[in-house]
Amino acid sequence: MFSNLPILSFITFIPAFVAVLLMVFSRLTADSGRAQLEKNASWVALITTIFVLFLSVLLLIDFDSSSAAYQFVEDTEWLGGGINYRMGVDGISILFVVLTAVLMPFCIYASQTSIKKRMLEYMVAFLILETFMIGAFVALDLILFYVFFEAVLIPMFIIIGVWGGKNRVYASYKFFLYTLLGSVLLLAAILWLYNYSGTVLGAPTTSIETLSRDLKIPGGAQTWLWLAFFASFAVKMPMWPVHTWLPDAHVEAPTAGSVILAAILLKLGGYGFIRFSLPMFPDASMLLAPLVFWMSIIAVIYTSLVAYRQKDIKKLIAYSSVAHMGFVTMGIFTVNLQGLQGALFQMISHGFISGALFLLVGVIYDRMHTREIAAYGGLVKQMPIYAIFFMFFTMANVGLPGTSGFVGEFWTLLGAFKVNPWIAFGAALGMILSAMYALHLYREVIFGEVTNDKLNDIQDMTGREIIILAPLALFTLILGVYPSLVTDITGPSVEALLASFQQAVGG
Amino acid sequence: MLYLLIVFAPLAGFIFAGLANKRMGDTPPMVVTTGLLFLSATLSWVALIKVGFGHEPSDLTLLRWMDVGGVQANWALKIDTLTAVMLVVINTVSALVHLYSWGYMDEDKSKPRFFAYLSLFTFAMLMLVTSDNFVQMFFGWEGVGLASYLLIGYYFKKPSANAAAIKAFVTNRVGDVGLALGVMTIFLIFGSVEFDTVFAAVEANQDKVVNFLGMQIGAIELIAFLLFIGAMGKSAQFVLHVWLPDAMEGPTPVSALIHAATMVTAGVFLVCRCYPIYEMAPVTSGFITAMGAFTAFFAATVGLVQNDIKRVIAYSTCSQLGYMFFAAGVGAYNAAMFHLFTHAFFKALLFLCAGSVIHALHHEQDMRKMGGIRKKVPFTYGAMILGTLAITGVGIPILGFGFAGFFSKDAIIEAAYAVGAAGDSSAAVFAFWMGIIAALFTSFYSWRLIFMTFHGNYRGDQHTFDHAHESPKNMLVPLGVLSFGAVFAGAFFYKHFMGDNAYGFWNYSLPVEDTHHAQVIPDNLYAAAETVASDAGHHGDDHAPSGLFGFLFAKFHGYPVWVLFAPLLVSAMGFVTAWVMYIRQGAEKHIAAVDESGGGVMYNFLLNKWYVDEIYDATIVRGARALGDVFWKVGDQKIIDGLGPNGFAAMAMGVSKRFSKLQSGKLFHYAFIMLTGIALILGFVFSKLGG
Repeated sequence: MFSNLPILSFITFIPAFVAVLLMVFSRLTADSGRAQLEKNASWVALITTIFVLFLSVLLLIDFDSSSAAYQFVEDTEWLGGGINYRMGVDGISILFVVLTAVLMPFCIYASQTSIKKRMLEYMVAFLILETFMIGAFVALDLILFYVFFEAVLIPMFIIIGVWGGKNRVYASYKFFLYTLLGSVLLLAAILWLYNYSGTVLGAPTTSIETLSRDLKIPGGAQTWLWLAFFASFAVKMPMWPVHTWLPDAHVEAPTAGSVILAAILLKLGGYGFIRFSLPMFPDASMLLAPLVFWMSIIAVIYTSLVAYRQKDIKKLIAYSSVAHMGFVTMGIFTVNLQGLQGALFQMISHGFISGALFLLVGVIYDRMHTREIAAYGGLVKQMPIYAIFFMFFTMANVGLPGTSGFVGEFWTLLGAFKVNPWIAFGAALGMILSAMYALHLYREVIFGEVTNDKLNDIQDMTGREIIILAPLALFTLILGVYPSLVTDITGPSVEALLASFQQAVGG
Repeated sequence: MLYLLIVFAPLAGFIFAGLANKRMGDTPPMVVTTGLLFLSATLSWVALIKVGFGHEPSDLTLLRWMDVGGVQANWALKIDTLTAVMLVVINTVSALVHLYSWGYMDEDKSKPRFFAYLSLFTFAMLMLVTSDNFVQMFFGWEGVGLASYLLIGYYFKKPSANAAAIKAFVTNRVGDVGLALGVMTIFLIFGSVEFDTVFAAVEANQDKVVNFLGMQIGAIELIAFLLFIGAMGKSAQFVLHVWLPDAMEGPTPVSALIHAATMVTAGVFLVCRCYPIYEMAPVTSGFITAMGAFTAFFAATVGLVQNDIKRVIAYSTCSQLGYMFFAAGVGAYNAAMFHLFTHAFFKALLFLCAGSVIHALHHEQDMRKMGGIRKKVPFTYGAMILGTLAITGVGIPILGFGFAGFFSKDAIIEAAYAVGAAGDSSAAVFAFWMGIIAALFTSFYSWRLIFMTFHGNYRGDQHTFDHAHESPKNMLVPLGVLSFGAVFAGAFFYKHFMGDNAYGFWNYSLPVEDTHHAQVIPDNLYAAAETVASDAGHHGDDHAPSGLFGFLFAKFHGYPVWVLFAPLLVSAMGFVTAWVMYIRQGAEKHIAAVDESGGGVMYNFLLNKWYVDEIYDATIVRGARALGDVFWKVGDQKIIDGLGPNGFAAMAMGVSKRFSKLQSGKLFHYAFIMLTGIALILGFVFSKLGG
C-alpha cells in the first residue's frame, strides 16, 4: 500500500508540521481572535493526532508480521560520511509507534478541558513531542535516533515547566539534569562507535542495522559502551537508583504530560535496551545482566514499599511505575523468548494502564485541585462510574489475570525463572506488594466514609472522560484475554534478535 | 454447548447486572442473575450425570490465550468427573445463595452490584475448575480472589470491612506467588503448562533435581510444595489462614458461597487435580497431611470459645478444610472430594441459617446476646439442627446410615488410620489423632452454637426479641434444599465417590482402583488396608479376643471397629459436654464467669486465635511500613537525591559564587554548562580511544 511513499516520515513529521502551522497562525492572529484561535488549535491538534493514528493503523495493516526485517525503509543521504536519514520499523518498533499514536488523541482530548492557559502553545508542544517520540522509534540511524531521543526532552521539559504545578521548576530541573547526564554518555559512545566502524568496516556508518549485524566489538570496549548506553536508558526507564526524578516530574506535570511520560517516554529506555544494548553489545549484556537483575529486583521491592507510604496519589502511581519497569528490565536481560516478549508486552500494557491511572487522577484533580490521598475518601458514593474504572485499572496494575498487566508480569517472571529462580522469587514479591499499595490507595480514595465536605457534591465522570477511559479499559482487557495480538507481531523480530544474540555470544 | 452455557451464563448475568441502569430498578438484574444461575445449576447436574455416570468427559478449546516459546495455554473447558462435581457444588450453592439474597439483602441499597459480584465470583470459580492448563486456572484463582475482595468489602463504609477485604486479597497473593512459582517450575521442567502433557510426563521426570534458591530439591517435590503454598492461601490453612475469619465482614450469603462452599475449597481441588504430581511427591504429601491435620485441630480449638456466630462457623470451615487436606495428603483424594462435596451442603446450610438468625435479630451476631429463639424461627432452627447433625458426623457405622458428614468425615479418618497403621507415614498417624480430637471439638462448638443461639433464655435487647421473626420464603427455600443435601448427599453419593461404583464414576480423574471390595480405594491406601487386615488377622489368631473387646478390634471392611466408632463416640462426647455446659448449667453462667475472671490464659489464648494476627501485625505489617519509610525518606530523599541532583545543584551554586561573572541566577544554566563541558571532554576521550 505504501511501497512508494515515505510513510514513516509522514507519520513522524505531520504533527510537527501542523505545530509549525499553528505557530504561524498564532503570529498572524490579532489579539481579538486569540480566544477563538486557542480553541481551534486544540481541535486541529486532535484531528492531526487522529489522522496520525489512522495512518499508523494502516501501517500496521500493511505490515508483514511474518517477517523480522525492517519494513517501510527510507534511506537517504543526510549528514554525509555514512550518517544517513534512515527510517524503518520491525515487529518491535511498530508497536511503540502505534502505542504513541493511540495515546496521543486521548491526551489531547483530555487536555481540552483541563488546560486553562496558553492552549495553543500547549498543543504545539504536544504535537512536536509526538514527532520526536515516533521519530525515536522509527529511526534506523544512531545519530538520527539520538537527535529524536534527546529532543523529546525539550517539549516535555517545557510542558512540565510551563503547565506544571507549584514545584515545577525543581521537578523540571531534576528531570533535565538526570536525563541530560545520561545522554551525554550516550553521545560519547555513539561517537566512538562511529569512529570504530570506520576503522573496522572500511567506511564509517551509524546505521543501526549495519552496526548490529556486522560490527564485532572487543569485550572490554563493549563493556564501556554498554555502560554508556545503559546510563542513558536506565535514567529513562527509570531504574533504581536513578529513579527519583520520576515521582517529582509526575507530580508536577499536567495530566496529559504524566500520561505521555509514563506511557511512552519511559518506554524509550526499554526500547533502547532491546534495540541497541542486546544486539550491539551481546557479550557485555551477558556479563552485566546480573547487575541489571539486582537493580530490577531492588527496584521492584524498594519502590513498591516506598509507593505504599506515599501521601500523594500521583507519587504513589509514579513509584508503582518504577516497580513495573523493574519487571521490564529484568525481562529484557534474561534474553530468552518469554523474558523479552514479556518485557515488550509489559511496556505496551503499562502504557495503557499507567496512562489510564494518571488520567483517573486527573479526573479528580480537575474537580478538587489536590492530589493528597488524605483529601479524598468515600468517592464511590458520588462517583460510582469513576469507582468502577478506578477498580478496573487498579486490578490491572496489580496484574490480575485477564487484564494485560498479568501477561507481561507472568512472562517476565517465567523468563527470569529460567535464568535464576532467585530473581523470579524476588520479583514475585512485587506481586504481593503491588496488591498492598494499590488496594491501600483504592481504599483511601474510593471507599470509607466521606470525610471531606467538599466531596459531597463532586460530579461523577463526564461523557468526555468516559470516552477517554473506556477504550483504554477495553484495550487492557482485550490484550489480557488475547495477548497474541501483540506477540504475533513481535514474534519474528524477537526470535531473530535472539538468534543473532545467541550466535554472537556462542560464537 | 451445554458446558458453554454452564460457564458463561453467570458471566452474562454479571455483565447484565453490572451494566444495569438505575432507572431499570433492582428487580431485572436480580431476576436475570438468579435465573441464569438456576439454569447453570440445573445443567451442572445434567453434566454430572453425563460425565460421572455416562462417562463422557470433554475438553473444549475456546481461544488461544498464550503462545510464547512453549508457553501454550488456551482458554478451554475441560470437563471430567472431578470438574463436574465442582460444577454441581458451585452452581447449586451459588443459585441457592442468589435466591437467598433476595430476602437477606432486601433492605440493601445497591442490590444490582451485589448480584453482579456474586455472578462474577461464580464465573471466575467456574473458569478455575474447568481449566485444562495451569494458567487459566491461575486466572480463575485470582479472579475468585478479586470477587472475594469485592464482596468482603461490600459494606465499603465500614473500615473493618475494608481492612478485611485487603487482608484477604494480600494474604491470598502470598499464596498466589507460591502457585505462580510452582507453575513456572512446571514450565521449566515439563516445557508445558497443560495438565495432560504435564501429568503424563511426571513419572519420567521424577528423579530430576533442580536448584531452587540455593537448595537442591527434587523437581516434583518442589512443584508439589509450591502449588500447595497456593492452596494454603486460598483454602486458609495455618500460617495463611488469618484472612478467613475476618472475611466474615462480608454479607452472610457471601460467607456461605465463597468462604464455605466453593472458593476456599479451591486449594483442595488443586491438590486433587494435580494428584499425579502429589502421588510422586511423598515428602510434600506428608507435609500436606501434617499441615491439614494441624489446621483441623488449631481452627477447632479457636472455634471453641468464639462468641460471634459467624466466626464459629468460619473456624469450623477452616478446620474442615484441614480434614480435606490431610485426606488428600494420605492419598485419599476421593475422600477429600467427597468431604468437599458434602461439606458444601451442610456448611452453606449452617451459614445461611446463621444469616437467617442474624436477619431475624436485626444484625446481631454476638451469641452472648442471643438464646431461646427457636420458637421465633422454628424452620431455621430445624434446618440448623440438620446441618449440625451433618457436620458432627452423626450416623451409625457398619449399618451405613447417617447424615452427610458422617460418611465423608469418617472416610477421611479411616483413610488416615489405614495409611498410618500401614507404617508408611507418621504424618498419617498424627492426622488420625488430630482428626479424632478435632471431631470432638467440632461437636462441642457446633452444639454450643445451637444451644447458645436457640435454647435457654434470651439475653439480648427485648425490643429486638419482640420483633424477631422467621425469614421470608425466598430465604427458607434454600435452607430446605440444602438441608436435603446435608441429610442425604452422603448416603446417596457414597457408592459413587467412595464405594463400589467409584472407579467408573471418577473415570481416571482421580486415582481409584478398579475393585468392588475396598472402601477407600486409592492404590497405596488399598494396599495399606489389606496389610492391616492381614496383620490384624494374624494377630487375632494368637489372642482371639472375644466379647466387647473382640468386637472393637474385629475388622469391618479392613478397619478395626473402634476406628469406625471413634468419631461417633467423640461426637457424642462433644454433644454431652456442650449440653451440660450450656443447657444444664446455662450459657449465662459461663458468660458471667468469663466477664468476672477475664477468662484465664488458655481462654484468652484461644479467643485471640493463638495471637497469630498480633504476631503478623508486629512483624510483617509494621516491618513493611517501616521499610517503606526508610527507603523513601532516607534512601530516596537523603542518599540518592542528596548525593545526586540536590548535591549537584549545591555544588553548582558553590562554583557559581566563585565565578560570579557567570552568575545569571538560573540553576539550569550551570547544569547545562557543566554537562556540555563533560560531554565535550568525554567525546574527546572516546574519540581518542576509538582512533
